[in-house]
Amino acid sequence: MSYTEFHPRWHRPHFPVFWWVHRRSYLAFVVRELTSVFVAWSVVFLLLLVRAVSQGPEPYRRFLDWSSTWWVVTLNVVTLSLVLLHAVTWFNLAPKAMAVRARGRRVPNTWITGAHYLAWALVSAIAAWVVLG
Amino acid sequence: MADRITLQVTRYRPEEDLEPARQNYEIPFRKEWAVLDGLNHIKDHIDGTLSYRWSCRMGICGSCGMIVNGEPQLSCAAFLADYAPGPVRIEPLHNFPVIRDLVIEIGDFLHKLPQVKPWLIRPEPSQEPGEHLQTPAALDEYHQFSMCINCMLCYSACPVVGLEEDFLGPAAIALAQRYNLDSRDQGAAERFDALSSPAGVWDCTFVGECTKACPKGVDPAGAIQRYKLTAALESLKAFVLPRRAR
Amino acid sequence: MARRQTEPILWLLFSGGGLAAALLLPVILLLFGVLVPLDWVSPPSHGHLLAVLRNPLTRLVLIILCILAFAHWAHRFRYTLYEGLQLKHLDRPINLLCYGGALAGSVVACYLLLTL
Repeated sequence: MSYTEFHPRWHRPHFPVFWWVHRRSYLAFVVRELTSVFVAWSVVFLLLLVRAVSQGPEPYRRFLDWSSTWWVVTLNVVTLSLVLLHAVTWFNLAPKAMAVRARGRRVPNTWITGAHYLAWALVSAIAAWVVLG
Repeated sequence: MADRITLQVTRYRPEEDLEPARQNYEIPFRKEWAVLDGLNHIKDHIDGTLSYRWSCRMGICGSCGMIVNGEPQLSCAAFLADYAPGPVRIEPLHNFPVIRDLVIEIGDFLHKLPQVKPWLIRPEPSQEPGEHLQTPAALDEYHQFSMCINCMLCYSACPVVGLEEDFLGPAAIALAQRYNLDSRDQGAAERFDALSSPAGVWDCTFVGECTKACPKGVDPAGAIQRYKLTAALESLKAFVLPRRAR
Repeated sequence: MARRQTEPILWLLFSGGGLAAALLLPVILLLFGVLVPLDWVSPPSHGHLLAVLRNPLTRLVLIILCILAFAHWAHRFRYTLYEGLQLKHLDRPINLLCYGGALAGSVVACYLLLTL
């Protein structure tokens, strides 16, 4: 496009494909979004466990052995930390979508986040007790 | 040299430049000066060809948005003392075409804003004489979103604005919410189509940079997420009860 | 259903999935992904685990968790590909991969959990 006297050529900067590596907050955003992949793997892992259990004691034992191999443990430690990142960022951001009013006053965001953490602790405790108990 | 500071300003002269380039200006450092004062000094005493927008110099007109050391700022609200000893890098706002130097073209935003009908909509004239009454609690519902000065810092910070040409953007949606949540307004249904189109709230992936960049505390990210919930529940109702008139 | 009406429903599934995943997956992963494999907690006996999984409430909770968590991944990963790699022009294959994958995963989950 050439310069014309009555309409100067605007400069339109190219939006880089890897726009998210150039800024820490953008990188943090993409890492947060990629936690969804580890959420999916967690469910797959859970289903592998369910399948092993349904097949009998021997397949269950084989599953436990497989899950103890160093690379599966490493993968799952990474997965756990990223699923925790998902949970923490989710609980912190969830109140933004809700404007909860109680007795005519707006409930502070920290209370909503706190309620999420409480639910999390409760659900985890119940699940652990059911599974191990 | 604590009494001088260097400003590295992006210059773009369409009549002679193919690409923008940086130009260094060494100016006096006064501890009470804002970046805007520095630019005004350059224009008045060093280089009169430098082009940039400004007006109120007190953070209310929204004209002087630019990128200072990588962050979207109002140049009247960014103080040289915070960037000392410098150099201070000054660029035009991101995600907009650059007309000249630090002046950007915001026609795209001005085209998108009316699509959300940012005005009070009352189809029927009021039965009561006099002004519409509103309690402080009702004012509180939308007050934060009314603080927007259209400075475009949020558009500069939002990557989706750069990626998606049609995305309405943070300020437009926050302003739509300012009216949706206003007790005097009856136009939520009229705004629904624009807001719930694919280029409306659904393009947003809650990066959250818009809220960080906003100099007036508007929280556009919060406005958008709230509308996503509202619109989603509306759509669910329409799906479950399709004959229910909207 | 109009195209613009699917987006809000998908977002609701994504949100539900985000919440379900955040509440339930950490403890499951901690137990079976880390503590049991590293022998810090002794594994539940096969009989006990089978009985737990066969409980109708457990089945319901896990089916809902799997469906919602897969839907959460699908929606989020789709947008990550659109924005992170600027692949929006490939939206058809991406939608197929993501939502198709979530659907397939949900079918597998239902099959496994209902035929225990």
